Amino acid sequence: MTEANGHFVSLENVTKRFGELEVLHGISLCVDLHQVVCLIGASGSGKSTLLRCINLLEHVDSGSIYVDGQLVTGGKVDVNALRQKIGIVFQAFNLFPHMTVLENVTLAPIHAGKLKKSEARDKARELLALIGLEDKADEFPDRLSGGQQQRVAIARALAMDPKLMLLDEITSALDPQLVGDVLALVRRLADSGMTMIIATHEMSFAREVSDKVCFLDSGVILEEGPCDQIFAAPREERTRQFLRRVIESGRM
Amino acid sequence: MGRFLHTFFSPLDFLRAVPQVWDGFQTNIKMMVVAEALVLVFALLLAVVRGLPGRAAAPFRVLTIVYTDVFRGTPLILVLFMIIGGLPALNLAGISDLSLFKSGVLALTLVYTAYVTEVYRAGIESVHPSQRMAARSLGLSYTQALRFVVLPQAIRRVVPPLLNDFIGLQKDTALITVIGVAEAVAQANFYATDYFNYAGLTVAAVFFIILTIPLARFTDHLIKQRELRERAQAL
Repeated sequence: MTEANGHFVSLENVTKRFGELEVLHGISLCVDLHQVVCLIGASGSGKSTLLRCINLLEHVDSGSIYVDGQLVTGGKVDVNALRQKIGIVFQAFNLFPHMTVLENVTLAPIHAGKLKKSEARDKARELLALIGLEDKADEFPDRLSGGQQQRVAIARALAMDPKLMLLDEITSALDPQLVGDVLALVRRLADSGMTMIIATHEMSFAREVSDKVCFLDSGVILEEGPCDQIFAAPREERTRQFLRRVIESGRM
Repeated sequence: MGRFLHTFFSPLDFLRAVPQVWDGFQTNIKMMVVAEALVLVFALLLAVVRGLPGRAAAPFRVLTIVYTDVFRGTPLILVLFMIIGGLPALNLAGISDLSLFKSGVLALTLVYTAYVTEVYRAGIESVHPSQRMAARSLGLSYTQALRFVVLPQAIRRVVPPLLNDFIGLQKDTALITVIGVAEAVAQANFYATDYFNYAGLTVAAVFFIILTIPLARFTDHLIKQRELRERAQAL
């Protein structure tokens, strides 16, 4: 088998256990450069764990993961260097509350990315302009709305110039009226060619931005395909059930 | 009643004892400042070591646990006597010929480092793991995540309990009198034996109280401030 089979991200038969509980059950998935892949499925189906395995926030029990041609699940990988290439945004934002917005965005570029302070600041201001929050640079996170905080978290991840972005249900903790701005930003990222793996419950958004959709069910990818096929003509009964429930709950 | 007042509050003796007790009290302040500075550094070090992950760090973690258990459990006065009596008996250069002042500081540092290590540790553990995870996910190393993200939040949170321990340390400098350091309590006792009046002890008490009150109020203020901030966040 060739390394990663030419895909930008490639997971082969990945399993992950938490004690007795097997959360990922032989996951194989590939993502090409500039592709946007959405992971859908009920809570607890393993979407978050899958994302966290890719940047080694969780360690897989078996199987292999390649990112950018590099085996990341081997023993000898430089975790910090790898994570600098992979941005992740969390459901709960996880901004650093003791730092201003600008400090949040410049922390990693200065200390892990080896940018000079002034360069990092200039870049952070550009990013804040991109997310429409230049005027909040010197505020502390708790003065911002949830949607604003999540956009800052995205800017913080982008500040390291990642080649891959992992978005872990980034709108799930937001009030409905705040979701739009965050999704608009993700849409722009997708348009700019950012490679992304997105775990989401926003089905219409998934349908709109993704090149590929994977339906996870109890730790396996039960079905994957182009979004038109998954949403319009799902092959698996479980996928149909899940989508029906989503539609009934008015989330699509 | 009059006798009681005379013994402890005789105005003449009170005023007469002030310079002498003040003389000794400066030693208390010096011991306190030096010990507190040392405690802040060593306790932080121990708390960090105690939190180190991985099997390789296990022996160090155990050492810090043994240390805090031993020195939190041993009365300060016992530690003092051990240092003053035991260390010279060891005949070690540099350790066995400590001055009385340094012996006192050493005892205070040993004991209070154990307390403050636990305070720091509680602070570090109170920082939600997702904070460390967010820092690591950006490519920061373990040490960087600790230094820039975990410790600043942890330390901010433990300032009030830390100051509380320092109030205890300030008062315990009085115990050093038993090894013969001429600090405030010793001077007050000298005064008592010279003039058969105990107003000097009252003077020493007043000094300690004056030193403690600002710190106590400052601690209250910090706690109140945090409460307000947290309530504002919950809104």
